Amino acid sequence: MNKIGEKSFFGRIDWLTILLWFMLCIIGWFNIHAAVYDPEQPGLFNLATNYGKQSIYIFTGLLIGFSILIIDAKFFISASPIIYIVVILLLVAVLIVGRNVGGNQAWIPLGSFRLQPSEFGKLATCLLLASYLSTQTNKHPNLRTLGIASLIVFFPVMLVMLQPDTGSALAFFSLVFVFYREGYVGNTLLILGGLAILLFVMALLINQWVIIGILLLLAAIFAFVLRKKRKHLINIGALFLASSVFVLCVDFAYEQVLQPHQRNRIDIILGKMNDPRGQGYNLNQSKIAIGSGQLFGKGYLQGTQTKYNFVPEQSTDFIFCTVGEEWGFVGCVFLILIYITLLIRIVNLAERQRTAFARIYAYGVASILFFHFFINIGMTIGIVPVIGIPLPFISYGGSSLWSFTILLFILLRFDSARKGLNG
Amino acid sequence: MNSFFARKFVIQGIFIAVALIIVIRLFYIQIIDESYLLSANNNVLRKVVVYPARGVVFDRNGKVLVQNEPVYDLMVTPREAKEIDTALLCQLIDIDLAGYKTRMDKARDHSPYRASIFEKQLSSATYAQLQEHLYKFRGFYVQNRTVRSYPDSIAPQLLGFIQEVNEKDIERSKGFYRSGDYIGGSGIERSYEDLLRGQRGVKNQMVDALNRPKGVFMEGRYDTLAVSGEGLISTIDRDLQYMAEKLMKGKMGSVVAIEPATGEILTLVSAPSYDPNMMVGRQRGNNYMKLLNDETKPLFIRPIQASYPPGSVFKVVAALTAQQAGIINQQTIFNCPGGYRYGGGRAFMRCTHVDGPTDLIKSIQRSCNTYYGYTYARMIDSRGMSGPQAYDLWREGLLKFGLGQKLGIDLPGERPGLVPTSDFYTKRYGSGKWRSGYNISLSIGQGELGITPLQMANIMAIVANKGFYYRPHLVKGIGEKKIIKKEFTEKISAGVDEKYYAPVIEGMSRAVNMPGGTAYSVRIPSIEMCGKTGTAQNPHGENHAVFFAFAPRENPKIAIAVFVENAGYGGTWAGPIANMLVEKYINDTISLPKYIQDRIYNANFIPKSQKKTEVEKDSSSNKKNTGRATQQTNRTAPAKKEFFVHHSQIGNRYE
Repeated sequence: MNKIGEKSFFGRIDWLTILLWFMLCIIGWFNIHAAVYDPEQPGLFNLATNYGKQSIYIFTGLLIGFSILIIDAKFFISASPIIYIVVILLLVAVLIVGRNVGGNQAWIPLGSFRLQPSEFGKLATCLLLASYLSTQTNKHPNLRTLGIASLIVFFPVMLVMLQPDTGSALAFFSLVFVFYREGYVGNTLLILGGLAILLFVMALLINQWVIIGILLLLAAIFAFVLRKKRKHLINIGALFLASSVFVLCVDFAYEQVLQPHQRNRIDIILGKMNDPRGQGYNLNQSKIAIGSGQLFGKGYLQGTQTKYNFVPEQSTDFIFCTVGEEWGFVGCVFLILIYITLLIRIVNLAERQRTAFARIYAYGVASILFFHFFINIGMTIGIVPVIGIPLPFISYGGSSLWSFTILLFILLRFDSARKGLNG
Repeated sequence: MNSFFARKFVIQGIFIAVALIIVIRLFYIQIIDESYLLSANNNVLRKVVVYPARGVVFDRNGKVLVQNEPVYDLMVTPREAKEIDTALLCQLIDIDLAGYKTRMDKARDHSPYRASIFEKQLSSATYAQLQEHLYKFRGFYVQNRTVRSYPDSIAPQLLGFIQEVNEKDIERSKGFYRSGDYIGGSGIERSYEDLLRGQRGVKNQMVDALNRPKGVFMEGRYDTLAVSGEGLISTIDRDLQYMAEKLMKGKMGSVVAIEPATGEILTLVSAPSYDPNMMVGRQRGNNYMKLLNDETKPLFIRPIQASYPPGSVFKVVAALTAQQAGIINQQTIFNCPGGYRYGGGRAFMRCTHVDGPTDLIKSIQRSCNTYYGYTYARMIDSRGMSGPQAYDLWREGLLKFGLGQKLGIDLPGERPGLVPTSDFYTKRYGSGKWRSGYNISLSIGQGELGITPLQMANIMAIVANKGFYYRPHLVKGIGEKKIIKKEFTEKISAGVDEKYYAPVIEGMSRAVNMPGGTAYSVRIPSIEMCGKTGTAQNPHGENHAVFFAFAPRENPKIAIAVFVENAGYGGTWAGPIANMLVEKYINDTISLPKYIQDRIYNANFIPKSQKKTEVEKDSSSNKKNTGRATQQTNRTAPAKKEFFVHHSQIGNRYE
């Protein structure tokens, strides 16, 4: 702790972020209340219900958050390997002693509370990744560092996949933004990644040979335009070949690697399958809930879709339905604005850090929050497949709320101590 | 700081781009696409039908004939039914444990989350007992609705019953009715179904994802109320109906009484009868099957469905149509040597008497077969046209009296009776050269003719009115405004001028009121009743006793026809019944000696064999029964062949 920090401890904290965090928690609490609200038993406040419990989680989260703010920032740097190991052990433990809920062996029962180690996996990974990469900033980005860093991410991913919790595992891949920011992933790779996603979707929708034909046409046009530059011609040729092979592989991977329910989810999103009673039920009801909210929503506690349980998992993964139905387009945009403000704020905080550790960690936080934000809302409105991950600070659940809160508050701790940390 | 600082903007750019995609998508599904709102409403709204109370039926004096009575359906929501004391429940509603299980399984099959009927129509008494314990049975509740109830247990065939709709009803109504709805199955309940059923209301109920009810949509803003069915004022006189049914107990047959001035049916009895309350409640199915299989056919509505050879009443019609055709007049005299000789003297139709010269009035009073044999011969043979042509002309006159066609009573199932066309005889005799001798028995109302008791009573109404009638009907007022159907206010002419009725009425009056008249024994001291005894021929057993009359002679209040099957002579059985009903209706007293009354009340004419046929293997007995039954339901059926016995062989008394 440096002296200036102690003098005006609260003055150094980024209150804007805390305000945004608190707003999200409160919005979450109200919407959980609406989601579990039973018009026949409109009790005022009941600790046995989800919103009752969530208020405890928020309060505890607040305590945890402020506890973090008074812990020495350096503690997190030095403890990052230990935290990582502990979480990895928990992830192993959950596979052995965990409780299986809804096909995922993701919870360790602790009395009445159930701990979900995968939520803390992201935190631990961010910390260790920041810790490792910050020691490598003096060198030019190289494959060896990237390899080791990837391994740090890979272990928890693998363990989470074993549960199997694909959604949570995918969240780790959002850390690609960290690698990008630190120079381990180039613009080209980012563009190629985008291209790969585009080709993947197209390959599932259109006959692969048609796509290869289109690619050939595009390649020919580019080759003609850039015919003077031999280097580009080779690149175009390579790109065309790679794309074609990729397109051919997609079909195979899609049929062989993905599990049937995952394939169905993708098919529904792409409109290849219409099944509102079966696989598409969640998505269909979710879209109905949000779509029926219209401009201003049906009003607090007036959402028939959420109130009468048409949307499954509506206080956890599908909490956004409640927002959409009861608060309408205006409410949704307001919530998205809070998220985007928070995400941009975090990136700004990242860039003002003096230590590479804090910066890398901050980007990790931003990446993970962004991924959850995008995938969760995206799935409720049908632009990404249904992947069961929570909406940070909003969805019901202690593990989720606490892990995101810890994730965020450690960043705030680094930020408040940035002048005392040098790296 | 390091060299990749600028990438911050790329990342922030991606964040914002993704947020924009989400916002655009939200804009599309929340604001542009309206279908989601519709789907949400479809999800949550269930239109619950609210059933109105069925209309009540009153008699002509405002006494209740049919009303609604609350019953209680025990409902269960299987998923909520836990830790039930089954033994207690079974004991309370009087079922066994196996019954409990089957009912529960059935309910669960229907839906574990939605309430379904566990036990139908508990009585008030059972409900009272159950209610005390109901709190112990989670998931059970009681829903009340109404069923029909008949305070006097009378007039089942004309009031009819209600029943659950079948597939055909649903199809015919183009989906108006739904499975489980009730519909009038017979009688007034059926013919006035549209009015009695009332108007269903709709409640917009909200349900959750499991279809459990969750309160009212928009505080009931879009709900509609159920409108109770229209009350009906029947033409029936409750007291008269009650008495007539009591008189007809132990007999098979019909009583039809009509108010001539309006065509209102005062009494319509089909015996044997049954208690209409049998067709309500938990035992309905069993009772219905019992009635259906009953050999005496209580579900058969004799007054409108049974047809008999008309017998004597036909002479009244014959006398009127012949006068109108100018064949005879009041002064026409035929000599009665005890029968009518025809077919070149080879065949003979016997009369009951040897009266010598007989005029028109006397022919009615004495019911002279000979007179009408001559009249018919003139009608067919001496009009300067072929037999069939003359016959068709004659037949036209009969149709105007309502014979051979449905009268249009507001009771489903009416049958037309039978007056064969000339083609029928032409076909039978192989050429159109037949003359009166070929079907002379028609002249006295025998042979192929068929008449329903309702038609007979209607003929009496025509005579009472001297030339016209209103369609006999059972409902004289609908709803608060007491609207009457237009077709029942239409005066219908019988095609015979008023002046021709005088001799016929005089003859009928003498038959009852003059010493030596065929019905002198059933005269009413204070009322001049015009009537006649009759016999409907029954080749399968005892003849059917018939009495028809109207009274009083001036300003007639009631026209009546009484049929007692297998009772033999009309004056003995049918006459006293008519006598009592007429006097009761007009004067509200009965002057007939008590011992005669008792004899009538206690008489039993239901053939013993009727009930035994199932066990009896004797072929002749079976044949007898089927023959009889067919004769009632369908006069043209082949089993009736026996009936075409040659006229010369008819040996029974004709009056």
